Amino acid sequence: MAEAIHIEGLVKSFGRTRALDGLDLTVRTGEVHGFLGPNGAGKSTTIRILLGLLRSDGGSARLLGGDPWRDPTELHRRLAYVPGDVTLWPNLTGGEVIDLLGRLRGGLNQKRKKALLERFDLDPRKKGRTYSKGNRQKVALIAALASEVELLLLDEPTAGLDPLMEAVFNECITEELHDGRTVLLSSHILSEVETLCDRVTIIRKGRAVESGTLDELRHLTRTSISAELAAPPNGLSALDGVHALMVDGNRVHFEVDTSELDAALKQLTSAGVRSLTSRPPTLEELFLRHYQDELNGEEAAR
Amino acid sequence: MSPLTGTGGLIRLILRRDRVILPIWVFWMSVMPVFTTASFRELYPDESKLAAFAQTMTDNPSLTALYGPVYSPTVGGLVAWRMSLLIVVLGIISALVVIRHTRTEEEAGRRELIGATVIGRHAGMAAALIVTILADLVVGAVVALTMAASDVPVAGSVAFGVQLAAFGILFAAAAAFGAQLTEGAGSARAILLGAIGVTFVLRMVGNLSGEDGPLHWLVQASPLGWVQELRAFADERWWVLAPVGGLAVVLIVVAVVLQGRRDIAAGLLPTRLGPANAAPGLRSPFALAWRLHRGLLLGWVIGFAVFGSLFGSLGETVNDMLEESPELAQIMAALGGANTLTDMLFGTLFGLMGLIASTYAIQAALRWRAEETNLRAEPVLATAVGRVSYALSHIVFSLLGSGLAVMVGGLGAGIVQGTIAGDAGHWVPRLLGAAAIQLPAVWMLSALTVALIGLAPNASSLSWGALGAIFVISFFGPILGLEQWVLDISPFTHLPKLPGGEVTAAPLLWLGGVLVALLLAGLAGFRRRDVI
Repeated sequence: MAEAIHIEGLVKSFGRTRALDGLDLTVRTGEVHGFLGPNGAGKSTTIRILLGLLRSDGGSARLLGGDPWRDPTELHRRLAYVPGDVTLWPNLTGGEVIDLLGRLRGGLNQKRKKALLERFDLDPRKKGRTYSKGNRQKVALIAALASEVELLLLDEPTAGLDPLMEAVFNECITEELHDGRTVLLSSHILSEVETLCDRVTIIRKGRAVESGTLDELRHLTRTSISAELAAPPNGLSALDGVHALMVDGNRVHFEVDTSELDAALKQLTSAGVRSLTSRPPTLEELFLRHYQDELNGEEAAR
Repeated sequence: MSPLTGTGGLIRLILRRDRVILPIWVFWMSVMPVFTTASFRELYPDESKLAAFAQTMTDNPSLTALYGPVYSPTVGGLVAWRMSLLIVVLGIISALVVIRHTRTEEEAGRRELIGATVIGRHAGMAAALIVTILADLVVGAVVALTMAASDVPVAGSVAFGVQLAAFGILFAAAAAFGAQLTEGAGSARAILLGAIGVTFVLRMVGNLSGEDGPLHWLVQASPLGWVQELRAFADERWWVLAPVGGLAVVLIVVAVVLQGRRDIAAGLLPTRLGPANAAPGLRSPFALAWRLHRGLLLGWVIGFAVFGSLFGSLGETVNDMLEESPELAQIMAALGGANTLTDMLFGTLFGLMGLIASTYAIQAALRWRAEETNLRAEPVLATAVGRVSYALSHIVFSLLGSGLAVMVGGLGAGIVQGTIAGDAGHWVPRLLGAAAIQLPAVWMLSALTVALIGLAPNASSLSWGALGAIFVISFFGPILGLEQWVLDISPFTHLPKLPGGEVTAAPLLWLGGVLVALLLAGLAGFRRRDVI
């Protein structure tokens, strides 16, 4: 099977708010797929529909070749889930919760569990109510990572982890990939997605606004350019696709839509280029651009 | 910063959060007595009728058990007697309100958020106590004023208002103390309800034993007994307020000391480390539910064993009364056997037990909903556990747990009564039957809660409202002169009267049918709806 998750035109409303508004998402088997979006964009709602916890109002969602609403229990044997907001039973220890969730899923690799407990530096003998937020997160992560499953659904899994533990998490996910597992990683921590993910889907207001490999996405977007010219530039500001232009004598700095890169460079060479640095956009900038649209939209609405 | 800095702001916060519920309970607690005064005046217009009514009531031990003795055969005296359960209810409400604004806040982590602002260490407890005590005083004052205005003696009216307020304040103080003991608000509530239950049972057994009986001292061992001994409308003994007030002050002082020594969110007992691996059996939703329910269930079963045994010890008291009064024995014999009075007593007691067991039935079913709203159902339902088996893992405790508690109560009563009467073979099955017959009605509240959770999850706590309505119908329905169709709303109205009565199949089949329909509707709803 080439696709672990295939979502088309997914719609979900809660009362009057439309949480998902025609979402498309495809996750190929064996990839780590980044699922990016601001709070409230619909990431958790999507994952909960994939788990069969919520019923979609329209569109289709397929998971591991099955229908998540119709046969959840069979599908759940093949996946593990880490919620964004982990709450534990106050009177069960972390070790008990890890074992229980693993067994309810159909099995747990005790050797891996032991190794993970060590790597994440978690004391499994503490009662649920005494764990900090980060430690609760570790319990859920270990329960998921120690299971022998095909697919991991991780909803902001590093929330509350310290940088050291984030690094451990990144190592673990890289290993998962080597084991041939598929991972859907929802996040708003861009560096994490950038290092881990093969492909990324950016979601905003319940719709996918960008989807593809990081390279593809960068092509669709802007390149940032700094140059020192022989003469002051002219005509740059008149070009379509040039943004955030700053001119300081003979020095210019701007961002340009990748499709307009050629025209912009011609303008620069006509003035004579002394030095030039160009940089592909970071995911940060990609992401901010979509946020920016939203902010502008909101301001316009005011 | 003084330990009380910020109390004013927290009082406003409590008033804002409780702006709907606080006026509602203060209003109902305040007006019930004056309504009852009016209805008694209408029902028993002259002194001879009042005296006759008072005598009938006094002769009935099951009523003495519930309400205590009649101290004064006047309108005021009978109202104070019949409304004595209102004192218990006000105690329960006061305790719950204080816990809601102290331990619940701490457990939810909101206390920490507030504690980081300019708030003194004891401000939270002080605010909760001030609001609750003021509300209790308002109830007492309104009751005293309205009753005095409806032409019953002023001293008695004031005394009854004071009884209400005093018991409310005492259990507000007890709740402030109880809130220091446990980390969980649920356990704190259980401790307080248990304490009120114990004061009630002690008072009940003491009163049934009679003024000169061997167990009458139990009345003095119960704070409810102290309050009752104020004897509104019958030469009030104001001095009983001294021990009540003294105990309240002691409880608050101890609570303040405990709170001054412990960490925020901690209980008195330090939490210990547990096992690093789950026991081999912890591998199913039922095993998980057992871990979540077993403490509560154990508490209830022990409680019912104790209550049942106490109930069983009452039967002989009634027989003594029959022996002392040949006329009464003759009347009872004419009515259908010398056992009738004992039977009536047990019928009432098991009815009460059924109502109490219903609180467990609702509590256990609502734990399923709490698991969902606390986001703990989600990780379980994301494994290979189906929704129906998940739901059943909790419903089983609501049904079988309440069944177990009630049957243990019946067994305890049967063994004790049988041992005293020297005929255990007769009494054990008889009282087990009387206990079992309550179960269709108890389970109706389980089923109602299940249906609400499945179909209208946001309204699932309405089942408490339903239980409240059933309490009112059972205890106040007859005096408020409610119509039969209102009484019929309560499933307990339809139960055969055991022991002694006849069991007919029709009402049981009806109840069973509705029960199964509600359960199935709830399960079907839960299968189809969104899980939080």
